[in-house]
Amino acid sequence: MAAGEDPKTAQGSAESSGGAAPIEQRPAPLKGGSALARLAGIAVILLGVVGAFLYLGGWLSPQKLTPARFVDEFERVNGKYSGFRRNHAKGVCVRGFFDSNGQGARLSKAVVFQAGRVPVIGRFSLGNGDPHASDELSTVRGLGLQFSLSDGEQWRTAMINLPVFPFKDPQAFYGNLVASQPDPQTHKPDPAKMAAFAAKNPETVKALGIITSQAPSSGFENSTFYGLNAFRFVAADGTSTPVRWMFVPVQPNEAAGAAGTSQDKNFLFDALIASVLQHPLQWHLILTVGQPGDPTNDATIPWPEGREQVDAGTLTLDSVESEETSPARDINFDPLILPDGISPSDDPLLSARSAIYSQSFTRRAGETKEPSAITPSEVRK
Amino acid sequence: MSATNRRQFPGSMRFLHWLTAALVLTMLGIGVAMVASLGDYHRLVSIHRPLGIAILIVVAIRFVNRLFSTLPPFPATMSERERSAAHASEILLYSLLFLQPLVGWGMLSAARYPIVMFGALHLFPILPHSVMLYAVLRRAHTFLAYLLFLAFLAHFGAVLFHTLIVRDGLLSRMVARRARDL
Repeated sequence: MAAGEDPKTAQGSAESSGGAAPIEQRPAPLKGGSALARLAGIAVILLGVVGAFLYLGGWLSPQKLTPARFVDEFERVNGKYSGFRRNHAKGVCVRGFFDSNGQGARLSKAVVFQAGRVPVIGRFSLGNGDPHASDELSTVRGLGLQFSLSDGEQWRTAMINLPVFPFKDPQAFYGNLVASQPDPQTHKPDPAKMAAFAAKNPETVKALGIITSQAPSSGFENSTFYGLNAFRFVAADGTSTPVRWMFVPVQPNEAAGAAGTSQDKNFLFDALIASVLQHPLQWHLILTVGQPGDPTNDATIPWPEGREQVDAGTLTLDSVESEETSPARDINFDPLILPDGISPSDDPLLSARSAIYSQSFTRRAGETKEPSAITPSEVRK
Repeated sequence: MSATNRRQFPGSMRFLHWLTAALVLTMLGIGVAMVASLGDYHRLVSIHRPLGIAILIVVAIRFVNRLFSTLPPFPATMSERERSAAHASEILLYSLLFLQPLVGWGMLSAARYPIVMFGALHLFPILPHSVMLYAVLRRAHTFLAYLLFLAFLAHFGAVLFHTLIVRDGLLSRMVARRARDL
Protein backbone atom coordinates (compact mmCIF):
# COMPACT_ATOMS: atom_id res chain seq x y z
CA MET A 1 0.00 0.00 0.00
CA ALA A 2 2.69 2.45 1.02
CA ALA A 3 4.74 1.86 -2.09
CA GLY A 4 1.86 2.62 -4.43
CA GLU A 5 0.70 5.63 -2.57
CA ASP A 6 3.65 7.70 -1.51
CA PRO A 7 4.72 9.14 -4.86
CA LYS A 8 1.16 10.15 -5.67
CA THR A 9 0.55 11.80 -2.34
CA ALA A 10 3.89 13.56 -2.59
CA GLN A 11 2.97 14.80 -6.04
CA GLY A 12 -0.38 15.96 -4.77
CA SER A 13 1.17 17.75 -1.84
CA ALA A 14 3.68 19.51 -4.04
CA GLU A 15 0.85 20.69 -6.22
CA SER A 16 -1.27 21.90 -3.36
CA SER A 17 1.47 23.85 -1.67
CA GLY A 18 1.78 25.87 -4.90
CA GLY A 19 -1.76 27.16 -5.19
CA ALA A 20 -4.01 28.66 -2.57
CA ALA A 21 -6.97 26.29 -2.54
CA PRO A 22 -10.16 27.60 -0.96
CA ILE A 23 -10.77 24.45 1.06
CA GLU A 24 -7.38 24.69 2.67
CA GLN A 25 -7.74 28.21 3.88
CA ARG A 26 -8.09 28.13 7.60
CA PRO A 27 -11.33 29.84 8.61
CA ALA A 28 -11.35 32.40 11.40
CA PRO A 29 -10.37 30.58 14.61
CA LEU A 30 -13.23 29.55 16.88
CA LYS A 31 -13.78 31.52 20.07
CA GLY A 32 -12.84 29.60 23.23
CA GLY A 33 -16.43 28.92 24.30
CA SER A 34 -17.55 27.87 20.86
CA ALA A 35 -14.59 25.50 20.45
CA LEU A 36 -15.37 23.95 23.81
CA ALA A 37 -19.02 23.48 22.89
CA ARG A 38 -18.00 21.78 19.66
CA LEU A 39 -15.52 19.55 21.47
CA ALA A 40 -18.29 18.57 23.87
CA GLY A 41 -20.48 17.83 20.85
CA ILE A 42 -17.83 15.50 19.45
CA ALA A 43 -17.55 13.73 22.80
CA VAL A 44 -21.33 13.26 22.90
CA ILE A 45 -21.40 11.79 19.38
CA LEU A 46 -18.56 9.35 20.14
CA LEU A 47 -20.08 8.34 23.47
CA GLY A 48 -23.37 7.75 21.66
CA VAL A 49 -21.63 5.36 19.27
CA VAL A 50 -19.94 3.54 22.15
CA GLY A 51 -23.26 3.37 24.01
CA ALA A 52 -25.02 1.85 21.00
CA PHE A 53 -22.25 -0.74 20.72
CA LEU A 54 -22.51 -1.62 24.43
CA TYR A 55 -26.30 -1.76 24.22
CA LEU A 56 -26.25 -4.17 21.25
CA GLY A 57 -23.71 -6.36 23.01
CA GLY A 58 -25.96 -6.75 26.07
CA TRP A 59 -23.49 -5.05 28.44
CA LEU A 60 -26.11 -2.54 29.56
CA SER A 61 -28.65 -5.25 30.47
CA PRO A 62 -27.04 -7.62 32.98
CA GLN A 63 -30.37 -9.43 33.48
CA LYS A 64 -30.61 -10.41 29.80
CA LEU A 65 -30.31 -14.14 29.20
CA THR A 66 -27.31 -14.56 26.89
CA PRO A 67 -25.64 -17.75 25.62
CA ALA A 68 -22.69 -17.09 27.97
CA ARG A 69 -24.93 -16.66 31.03
CA PHE A 70 -26.86 -19.80 30.08
CA VAL A 71 -23.70 -21.88 29.86
CA ASP A 72 -22.41 -20.32 33.11
CA GLU A 73 -25.53 -21.73 34.78
CA PHE A 74 -24.84 -25.21 33.35
CA GLU A 75 -21.36 -24.97 34.85
CA ARG A 76 -22.73 -23.83 38.19
CA VAL A 77 -25.20 -26.73 38.40
CA ASN A 78 -23.06 -29.52 36.94
CA GLY A 79 -19.54 -28.41 37.70
CA LYS A 80 -16.95 -27.64 35.05
CA TYR A 81 -15.09 -30.47 33.31
CA SER A 82 -12.21 -29.48 31.07
CA GLY A 83 -12.75 -30.27 27.40
CA PHE A 84 -16.24 -31.75 27.80
CA ARG A 85 -19.61 -30.62 26.51
CA ARG A 86 -21.46 -28.53 29.11
CA ASN A 87 -24.44 -30.87 28.81
CA HIS A 88 -24.66 -34.43 27.48
CA ALA A 89 -21.03 -34.68 28.57
CA LYS A 90 -20.77 -38.49 28.69
CA GLY A 91 -20.84 -40.16 25.32
CA VAL A 92 -19.52 -42.60 22.77
CA CYS A 93 -19.07 -42.10 19.02
CA VAL A 94 -20.45 -44.10 16.13
CA ARG A 95 -20.20 -44.22 12.36
CA GLY A 96 -22.35 -45.57 9.59
CA PHE A 97 -24.52 -44.37 6.75
CA PHE A 98 -28.02 -43.31 5.83
CA ASP A 99 -29.80 -44.99 2.92
CA SER A 100 -32.44 -42.62 1.62
CA ASN A 101 -35.30 -44.29 -0.23
CA GLY A 102 -36.27 -41.06 -2.00
CA GLN A 103 -39.65 -40.78 -0.25
CA GLY A 104 -38.63 -37.60 1.58
CA ALA A 105 -37.81 -35.77 -1.67
CA ARG A 106 -41.47 -34.89 -2.13
CA LEU A 107 -41.28 -32.76 1.05
CA SER A 108 -37.72 -31.43 0.85
CA LYS A 109 -35.27 -30.70 -1.94
CA ALA A 110 -32.35 -31.43 0.44
CA VAL A 111 -29.82 -33.70 -1.25
CA VAL A 112 -30.01 -36.09 1.71
CA PHE A 113 -33.56 -37.09 0.70
CA GLN A 114 -32.69 -38.08 -2.86
CA ALA A 115 -32.40 -41.85 -3.13
CA GLY A 116 -28.86 -42.90 -2.24
CA ARG A 117 -26.35 -43.41 0.55
CA VAL A 118 -24.85 -40.66 2.72
CA PRO A 119 -22.03 -41.22 5.28
CA VAL A 120 -22.96 -40.47 8.88
CA ILE A 121 -20.95 -39.87 12.03
CA GLY A 122 -22.66 -39.55 15.38
CA ARG A 123 -22.52 -39.64 19.14
CA PHE A 124 -24.73 -41.28 21.77
CA SER A 125 -24.84 -39.43 25.07
CA LEU A 126 -26.55 -39.06 28.42
CA GLY A 127 -28.18 -35.79 29.41
CA ASN A 128 -25.96 -34.74 32.26
CA GLY A 129 -23.16 -32.22 32.57
CA ASP A 130 -20.98 -34.68 34.50
CA PRO A 131 -18.91 -36.77 32.03
CA HIS A 132 -18.34 -39.46 34.68
CA ALA A 133 -21.91 -39.81 35.98
CA SER A 134 -23.17 -43.36 36.43
CA ASP A 135 -25.55 -44.56 33.73
CA GLU A 136 -29.19 -44.44 34.81
CA LEU A 137 -32.19 -45.72 32.88
CA SER A 138 -34.07 -42.53 33.67
CA THR A 139 -31.34 -40.20 32.34
CA VAL A 140 -32.22 -38.56 29.04
CA ARG A 141 -30.49 -40.32 26.12
CA GLY A 142 -29.14 -38.26 23.27
CA LEU A 143 -28.13 -39.00 19.70
CA GLY A 144 -26.26 -36.42 17.64
CA LEU A 145 -25.82 -37.11 13.93
CA GLN A 146 -23.89 -35.45 11.13
CA PHE A 147 -24.82 -36.35 7.55
CA SER A 148 -22.18 -35.42 4.96
CA LEU A 149 -24.07 -34.71 1.75
CA SER A 150 -22.61 -35.37 -1.70
CA ASP A 151 -22.60 -31.67 -2.63
CA GLY A 152 -20.49 -30.76 0.42
CA GLU A 153 -23.44 -29.61 2.54
CA GLN A 154 -24.03 -30.95 6.04
CA TRP A 155 -27.05 -31.83 8.06
CA ARG A 156 -26.56 -32.02 11.81
CA THR A 157 -29.19 -32.94 14.35
CA ALA A 158 -29.21 -33.45 18.11
CA MET A 159 -32.06 -35.64 19.30
CA ILE A 160 -33.23 -37.14 22.58
CA ASN A 161 -35.40 -40.11 23.56
CA LEU A 162 -38.29 -37.93 24.79
CA PRO A 163 -41.39 -37.51 22.59
CA VAL A 164 -41.78 -33.87 23.68
CA PHE A 165 -39.40 -31.37 25.26
CA PRO A 166 -40.17 -30.28 28.83
CA PHE A 167 -39.48 -26.58 28.17
CA LYS A 168 -41.21 -24.33 25.68
CA ASP A 169 -38.49 -21.66 25.46
CA PRO A 170 -34.95 -20.93 26.68
CA GLN A 171 -36.28 -18.88 29.62
CA ALA A 172 -38.19 -21.91 30.95
CA PHE A 173 -35.15 -24.16 30.47
CA TYR A 174 -33.00 -21.64 32.32
CA GLY A 175 -35.59 -21.24 35.07
CA ASN A 176 -35.55 -24.99 35.61
CA LEU A 177 -31.73 -25.05 35.71
CA VAL A 178 -31.73 -22.35 38.38
CA ALA A 179 -34.51 -24.06 40.38
CA SER A 180 -32.78 -27.45 40.25
CA GLN A 181 -29.43 -26.15 41.47
CA PRO A 182 -28.48 -28.42 44.39
CA ASP A 183 -28.78 -26.91 47.85
CA PRO A 184 -25.29 -26.68 49.42
CA GLN A 185 -26.61 -28.37 52.58
CA THR A 186 -28.77 -31.22 51.27
CA HIS A 187 -27.00 -31.58 47.88
CA LYS A 188 -30.49 -31.86 46.42
CA PRO A 189 -32.66 -29.30 44.63
CA ASP A 190 -34.84 -27.20 46.90
CA PRO A 191 -38.40 -28.67 46.64
CA ALA A 192 -39.97 -25.26 47.21
CA LYS A 193 -38.08 -23.79 44.26
CA MET A 194 -39.02 -26.75 42.06
CA ALA A 195 -42.68 -26.35 43.03
CA ALA A 196 -42.58 -22.64 42.27
CA PHE A 197 -41.12 -23.42 38.84
CA ALA A 198 -43.83 -26.00 38.14
CA ALA A 199 -46.55 -23.54 39.15
CA LYS A 200 -45.13 -20.96 36.78
CA ASN A 201 -44.68 -23.42 33.90
CA PRO A 202 -47.79 -25.60 33.56
CA GLU A 203 -46.69 -26.65 30.06
CA THR A 204 -43.64 -28.35 31.64
CA VAL A 205 -45.87 -30.32 34.02
CA LYS A 206 -48.04 -31.39 31.09
CA ALA A 207 -45.03 -32.41 28.98
CA LEU A 208 -43.53 -34.37 31.88
CA GLY A 209 -46.84 -36.22 32.14
CA ILE A 210 -46.45 -37.36 28.53
CA ILE A 211 -42.78 -38.20 29.03
CA THR A 212 -43.26 -40.31 32.18
CA SER A 213 -46.25 -42.20 30.73
CA GLN A 214 -43.72 -44.16 28.64
CA ALA A 215 -41.17 -46.26 30.50
CA PRO A 216 -37.69 -45.93 29.01
CA SER A 217 -36.52 -48.86 26.86
CA SER A 218 -33.67 -51.10 27.98
CA GLY A 219 -30.93 -49.24 26.15
CA PHE A 220 -29.70 -46.83 23.49
CA GLU A 221 -30.07 -49.42 20.75
CA ASN A 222 -33.87 -49.77 21.10
CA SER A 223 -34.61 -46.11 21.89
CA THR A 224 -36.57 -43.86 19.58
CA PHE A 225 -34.82 -40.52 19.11
CA TYR A 226 -36.93 -37.42 18.46
CA GLY A 227 -35.87 -34.24 16.67
CA LEU A 228 -38.24 -32.44 19.11
CA ASN A 229 -38.51 -29.10 17.37
CA ALA A 230 -40.56 -28.57 14.23
CA PHE A 231 -38.71 -27.62 11.05
CA ARG A 232 -39.84 -26.35 7.66
CA PHE A 233 -39.20 -28.72 4.78
CA VAL A 234 -38.90 -26.85 1.49
CA ALA A 235 -39.62 -28.80 -1.70
CA ALA A 236 -38.12 -28.18 -5.13
CA ASP A 237 -41.26 -26.25 -6.15
CA GLY A 238 -40.89 -23.98 -3.11
CA THR A 239 -43.69 -25.55 -1.04
CA SER A 240 -42.90 -25.31 2.66
CA THR A 241 -44.26 -27.98 5.04
CA PRO A 242 -43.92 -28.20 8.83
CA VAL A 243 -42.18 -31.46 9.74
CA ARG A 244 -41.05 -33.20 12.92
CA TRP A 245 -38.81 -36.23 12.65
CA MET A 246 -37.83 -39.23 14.71
CA PHE A 247 -35.46 -42.17 14.36
CA VAL A 248 -37.38 -45.37 15.18
CA PRO A 249 -35.25 -48.42 16.05
CA VAL A 250 -35.38 -51.61 14.02
CA GLN A 251 -34.05 -53.39 17.14
CA PRO A 252 -37.02 -54.80 19.06
CA ASN A 253 -38.27 -52.80 22.01
CA GLU A 254 -37.43 -54.32 25.34
CA ALA A 255 -38.74 -52.99 28.62
CA ALA A 256 -35.91 -51.90 30.85
CA GLY A 257 -36.76 -54.32 33.65
CA ALA A 258 -36.60 -57.40 31.42
CA ALA A 259 -33.04 -56.68 30.37
CA GLY A 260 -32.00 -56.31 33.98
CA THR A 261 -30.08 -53.31 35.21
CA SER A 262 -26.48 -53.69 36.12
CA GLN A 263 -24.62 -51.92 38.85
CA ASP A 264 -21.88 -51.13 36.35
CA LYS A 265 -21.63 -47.37 36.01
CA ASN A 266 -21.31 -47.64 32.21
CA PHE A 267 -23.93 -50.35 31.69
CA LEU A 268 -25.93 -48.45 29.06
CA PHE A 269 -22.86 -47.58 27.01
CA ASP A 270 -21.37 -51.06 27.42
CA ALA A 271 -24.58 -52.65 26.14
CA LEU A 272 -24.61 -50.29 23.16
CA ILE A 273 -20.97 -51.12 22.33
CA ALA A 274 -21.60 -54.85 22.64
CA SER A 275 -24.62 -54.70 20.38
CA VAL A 276 -22.88 -52.62 17.64
CA LEU A 277 -19.96 -55.07 17.70
CA GLN A 278 -22.44 -57.92 17.29
CA HIS A 279 -24.41 -56.51 14.36
CA PRO A 280 -25.07 -53.09 12.77
CA LEU A 281 -27.85 -51.12 14.46
CA GLN A 282 -30.63 -49.59 12.37
CA TRP A 283 -33.25 -46.87 12.70
CA HIS A 284 -35.95 -45.66 10.30
CA LEU A 285 -36.13 -41.93 9.72
CA ILE A 286 -39.83 -41.14 10.12
CA LEU A 287 -41.02 -37.69 9.02
CA THR A 288 -44.28 -36.54 10.59
CA VAL A 289 -46.06 -34.06 8.31
CA GLY A 290 -47.75 -31.21 10.14
CA GLN A 291 -51.14 -29.79 9.20
CA PRO A 292 -52.09 -26.12 9.26
CA GLY A 293 -52.71 -25.21 12.88
CA ASP A 294 -50.28 -27.75 14.34
CA PRO A 295 -48.01 -25.84 16.72
CA THR A 296 -44.51 -25.37 15.29
CA ASN A 297 -43.31 -22.97 17.99
CA ASP A 298 -43.84 -25.15 21.07
CA ALA A 299 -41.89 -28.38 21.52
CA THR A 300 -43.81 -29.26 24.70
CA ILE A 301 -46.98 -30.05 22.71
CA PRO A 302 -47.27 -33.23 20.64
CA TRP A 303 -48.99 -33.05 17.27
CA PRO A 304 -52.40 -34.76 17.06
CA GLU A 305 -52.52 -38.49 16.42
CA GLY A 306 -52.95 -39.67 12.84
CA ARG A 307 -50.65 -37.18 11.10
CA GLU A 308 -49.17 -38.52 7.88
CA GLN A 309 -45.84 -40.24 8.43
CA VAL A 310 -43.21 -40.75 5.74
CA ASP A 311 -40.43 -43.33 6.11
CA ALA A 312 -37.55 -41.50 4.39
CA GLY A 313 -34.86 -44.15 4.78
CA THR A 314 -32.72 -46.23 7.09
CA LEU A 315 -29.83 -45.20 9.32
CA THR A 316 -27.23 -47.92 9.87
CA LEU A 317 -24.58 -47.54 12.57
CA ASP A 318 -21.92 -50.20 12.19
CA SER A 319 -18.90 -49.02 14.15
CA VAL A 320 -18.31 -47.58 17.59
CA GLU A 321 -15.38 -45.62 18.94
CA SER A 322 -14.32 -43.84 22.13
CA GLU A 323 -14.59 -40.05 22.08
CA GLU A 324 -10.86 -39.93 22.62
CA THR A 325 -10.15 -41.26 19.13
CA SER A 326 -13.24 -40.16 17.21
CA PRO A 327 -13.60 -36.87 15.31
CA ALA A 328 -17.21 -36.76 16.61
CA ARG A 329 -15.92 -35.45 19.94
CA ASP A 330 -15.06 -32.22 18.16
CA ILE A 331 -18.37 -31.89 16.32
CA ASN A 332 -20.91 -29.39 17.58
CA PHE A 333 -24.24 -31.10 16.79
CA ASP A 334 -25.89 -27.72 16.26
CA PRO A 335 -29.50 -28.40 15.21
CA LEU A 336 -29.43 -25.41 12.85
CA ILE A 337 -26.66 -26.73 10.64
CA LEU A 338 -29.11 -27.62 7.92
CA PRO A 339 -28.89 -28.36 4.21
CA ASP A 340 -30.77 -26.28 1.66
CA GLY A 341 -34.31 -27.74 1.81
CA ILE A 342 -34.65 -27.81 5.60
CA SER A 343 -35.24 -24.51 7.41
CA PRO A 344 -35.84 -23.60 11.03
CA SER A 345 -39.44 -23.17 12.19
CA ASP A 346 -40.60 -20.34 14.45
CA ASP A 347 -39.72 -22.43 17.54
CA PRO A 348 -37.74 -20.10 19.85
CA LEU A 349 -35.77 -23.06 21.19
CA LEU A 350 -33.97 -23.60 17.87
CA SER A 351 -31.99 -20.37 17.69
CA ALA A 352 -31.30 -20.61 21.44
CA ARG A 353 -30.01 -24.18 21.11
CA SER A 354 -27.76 -23.11 18.25
CA ALA A 355 -26.37 -20.18 20.28
CA ILE A 356 -25.85 -22.21 23.47
CA TYR A 357 -24.29 -25.23 21.73
CA SER A 358 -21.93 -22.84 19.98
CA GLN A 359 -20.98 -21.22 23.29
CA SER A 360 -20.36 -24.63 24.88
CA PHE A 361 -18.32 -25.72 21.86
CA THR A 362 -16.18 -22.59 21.91
CA ARG A 363 -15.42 -23.01 25.62
CA ARG A 364 -14.46 -26.67 25.43
CA ALA A 365 -12.55 -26.32 22.14
CA GLY A 366 -9.78 -24.36 23.82
CA GLU A 367 -9.55 -26.58 26.93
CA THR A 368 -7.29 -29.54 27.62
CA LYS A 369 -9.16 -32.72 26.76
CA GLU A 370 -9.50 -35.06 29.74
CA PRO A 371 -10.01 -38.82 29.19
CA SER A 372 -13.56 -39.90 28.45
CA ALA A 373 -15.41 -42.29 30.81
CA ILE A 374 -15.84 -44.61 27.84
CA THR A 375 -12.18 -45.19 27.04
CA PRO A 376 -10.80 -46.81 23.89
CA SER A 377 -10.18 -50.02 25.88
CA GLU A 378 -13.81 -49.97 27.09
CA VAL A 379 -14.89 -50.01 23.45
CA ARG A 380 -12.57 -52.90 22.53
CA LYS A 381 -13.29 -55.22 25.45
CA MET B 1 -9.89 17.27 -14.48
CA SER B 2 -10.17 20.56 -12.65
CA ALA B 3 -8.00 21.51 -9.69
CA THR B 4 -11.03 21.25 -7.39
CA ASN B 5 -11.64 17.69 -8.49
CA ARG B 6 -8.11 16.73 -7.64
CA ARG B 7 -8.65 17.92 -4.09
CA GLN B 8 -11.20 15.14 -3.68
CA PHE B 9 -10.84 11.40 -3.73
CA PRO B 10 -11.98 10.02 -7.09
CA GLY B 11 -15.65 8.94 -7.26
CA SER B 12 -14.77 5.24 -7.21
CA MET B 13 -12.76 5.66 -4.01
CA ARG B 14 -15.49 7.73 -2.35
CA PHE B 15 -18.11 5.16 -3.27
CA LEU B 16 -16.03 2.24 -1.98
CA HIS B 17 -15.21 4.16 1.21
CA TRP B 18 -18.84 4.80 2.13
CA LEU B 19 -19.86 1.30 1.07
CA THR B 20 -17.20 -0.17 3.38
CA ALA B 21 -18.27 2.17 6.18
CA ALA B 22 -21.90 1.05 5.92
CA LEU B 23 -21.00 -2.66 5.69
CA VAL B 24 -18.46 -2.61 8.52
CA LEU B 25 -20.66 -0.64 10.93
CA THR B 26 -23.56 -2.99 10.21
CA MET B 27 -21.24 -5.93 10.72
CA LEU B 28 -19.87 -4.69 14.06
CA GLY B 29 -23.45 -4.20 15.28
CA ILE B 30 -24.55 -7.64 14.09
CA GLY B 31 -21.45 -9.32 15.50
CA VAL B 32 -21.72 -7.88 18.98
CA ALA B 33 -25.51 -8.39 19.12
CA MET B 34 -25.41 -11.94 17.82
CA VAL B 35 -23.04 -13.33 20.45
CA ALA B 36 -25.29 -11.91 23.20
CA SER B 37 -28.56 -13.13 21.69
CA LEU B 38 -30.53 -16.36 22.01
CA GLY B 39 -33.61 -15.56 19.93
CA ASP B 40 -31.88 -13.71 17.08
CA TYR B 41 -28.63 -15.65 17.09
CA HIS B 42 -29.40 -17.80 14.07
CA ARG B 43 -30.86 -15.00 11.97
CA LEU B 44 -27.89 -12.75 12.69
CA VAL B 45 -25.20 -15.39 12.17
CA SER B 46 -26.82 -16.26 8.82
CA ILE B 47 -26.26 -12.65 7.72
CA HIS B 48 -22.88 -12.34 9.45
CA ARG B 49 -21.13 -15.04 7.35
CA PRO B 50 -22.01 -13.83 3.81
CA LEU B 51 -21.65 -10.17 4.87
CA GLY B 52 -18.13 -10.88 6.10
CA ILE B 53 -17.20 -12.42 2.77
CA ALA B 54 -18.83 -9.45 0.98
CA ILE B 55 -16.61 -7.10 3.02
CA LEU B 56 -13.52 -9.14 2.11
CA ILE B 57 -14.40 -8.79 -1.59
CA VAL B 58 -15.17 -5.05 -1.32
CA VAL B 59 -11.93 -4.40 0.56
CA ALA B 60 -9.91 -6.31 -2.05
CA ILE B 61 -11.53 -4.28 -4.84
CA ARG B 62 -11.00 -1.11 -2.85
CA PHE B 63 -7.33 -1.85 -2.28
CA VAL B 64 -6.66 -2.51 -5.97
CA ASN B 65 -8.67 0.58 -6.93
CA ARG B 66 -6.60 2.65 -4.51
CA LEU B 67 -3.35 1.48 -6.10
CA PHE B 68 -4.52 2.83 -9.45
CA SER B 69 -6.07 6.09 -8.18
CA THR B 70 -4.63 9.55 -7.66
CA LEU B 71 -5.11 10.68 -4.09
CA PRO B 72 -5.92 14.25 -3.12
CA PRO B 73 -3.35 16.08 -1.00
CA PHE B 74 -3.69 16.35 2.75
CA PRO B 75 -5.05 19.73 3.90
CA ALA B 76 -2.22 22.21 4.58
CA THR B 77 -3.50 22.39 8.17
CA MET B 78 -2.22 18.90 8.86
CA SER B 79 1.25 18.71 10.34
CA GLU B 80 3.78 16.07 9.33
CA ARG B 81 2.95 14.18 12.51
CA GLU B 82 -0.77 14.23 11.78
CA ARG B 83 -0.12 13.04 8.26
CA SER B 84 1.91 10.07 9.38
CA ALA B 85 -0.74 9.29 12.01
CA ALA B 86 -3.42 9.39 9.30
CA HIS B 87 -1.27 7.17 7.13
CA ALA B 88 -0.64 4.67 9.94
CA SER B 89 -4.34 4.54 10.81
CA GLU B 90 -5.12 3.84 7.17
CA ILE B 91 -2.69 0.91 7.16
CA LEU B 92 -4.25 -0.36 10.42
CA LEU B 93 -7.81 -0.11 9.05
CA TYR B 94 -6.91 -1.84 5.79
CA SER B 95 -5.09 -4.62 7.69
CA LEU B 96 -8.03 -5.16 10.03
CA LEU B 97 -10.55 -5.17 7.19
CA PHE B 98 -8.54 -7.85 5.37
CA LEU B 99 -7.68 -9.86 8.44
CA GLN B 100 -11.05 -9.98 10.24
CA PRO B 101 -13.05 -11.79 7.50
CA LEU B 102 -10.11 -14.15 6.91
CA VAL B 103 -9.93 -14.99 10.63
CA GLY B 104 -13.72 -15.61 10.62
CA TRP B 105 -13.47 -17.87 7.57
CA GLY B 106 -10.39 -19.54 9.05
CA MET B 107 -11.95 -20.25 12.44
CA LEU B 108 -15.03 -21.88 10.90
CA SER B 109 -12.65 -23.90 8.71
CA ALA B 110 -10.60 -25.08 11.69
CA ALA B 111 -13.77 -26.20 13.50
CA ARG B 112 -15.05 -27.82 10.28
CA TYR B 113 -18.29 -25.91 10.46
CA PRO B 114 -19.91 -25.70 7.05
CA ILE B 115 -19.29 -22.15 5.78
CA VAL B 116 -22.75 -21.51 4.38
CA MET B 117 -23.30 -18.39 2.28
CA PHE B 118 -26.90 -18.84 1.15
CA GLY B 119 -28.97 -21.78 -0.07
CA ALA B 120 -26.67 -24.68 -0.85
CA LEU B 121 -23.71 -22.36 -1.60
CA HIS B 122 -20.87 -22.78 0.86
CA LEU B 123 -17.14 -22.01 0.91
CA PHE B 124 -14.26 -24.46 1.13
CA PRO B 125 -12.19 -24.62 4.35
CA ILE B 126 -8.95 -22.62 4.29
CA LEU B 127 -7.30 -24.15 7.37
CA PRO B 128 -6.72 -27.69 8.70
CA HIS B 129 -9.15 -29.25 11.19
CA SER B 130 -8.11 -28.34 14.74
CA VAL B 131 -10.41 -27.24 17.55
CA MET B 132 -7.48 -25.69 19.43
CA LEU B 133 -6.76 -23.55 16.38
CA TYR B 134 -10.47 -22.72 16.27
CA ALA B 135 -10.37 -21.60 19.92
CA VAL B 136 -7.40 -19.30 19.29
CA LEU B 137 -8.92 -17.79 16.15
CA ARG B 138 -12.30 -17.38 17.83
CA ARG B 139 -10.62 -15.27 20.52
CA ALA B 140 -8.67 -13.37 17.88
CA HIS B 141 -11.93 -12.63 16.04
CA THR B 142 -13.35 -10.94 19.14
CA PHE B 143 -10.11 -9.06 19.81
CA LEU B 144 -9.89 -7.82 16.21
CA ALA B 145 -13.53 -6.74 16.32
CA TYR B 146 -12.88 -4.56 19.37
CA LEU B 147 -9.71 -3.22 17.77
CA LEU B 148 -11.63 -2.44 14.59
CA PHE B 149 -14.28 -0.65 16.60
CA LEU B 150 -11.63 1.44 18.40
CA ALA B 151 -9.88 2.21 15.09
CA PHE B 152 -13.23 3.33 13.68
CA LEU B 153 -13.82 5.57 16.73
CA ALA B 154 -10.38 7.16 16.31
CA HIS B 155 -10.94 7.68 12.57
CA PHE B 156 -14.44 9.11 13.11
CA GLY B 157 -13.26 11.29 16.01
CA ALA B 158 -10.36 12.70 13.98
CA VAL B 159 -12.65 13.59 11.08
CA LEU B 160 -15.14 15.23 13.46
CA PHE B 161 -12.31 17.21 15.03
CA HIS B 162 -11.07 18.46 11.67
CA THR B 163 -14.56 19.23 10.45
CA LEU B 164 -15.96 20.97 13.53
CA ILE B 165 -12.91 22.44 15.25
CA VAL B 166 -10.12 22.92 12.71
CA ARG B 167 -12.65 23.44 9.90
CA ASP B 168 -10.12 22.72 7.18
CA GLY B 169 -12.54 20.93 4.84
CA LEU B 170 -10.90 17.54 5.43
CA LEU B 171 -14.24 15.77 5.04
CA SER B 172 -14.88 17.47 1.68
CA ARG B 173 -12.22 15.22 0.20
CA MET B 174 -14.52 12.24 0.83
CA VAL B 175 -18.04 13.67 0.28
CA ALA B 176 -19.87 14.87 -2.79
CA ARG B 177 -18.75 18.28 -4.08
CA ARG B 178 -21.81 20.20 -2.95
CA ALA B 179 -21.07 19.45 0.68
CA ARG B 180 -17.51 20.69 0.25
CA ASP B 181 -17.83 23.78 2.38
CA LEU B 182 -18.88 21.91 5.51
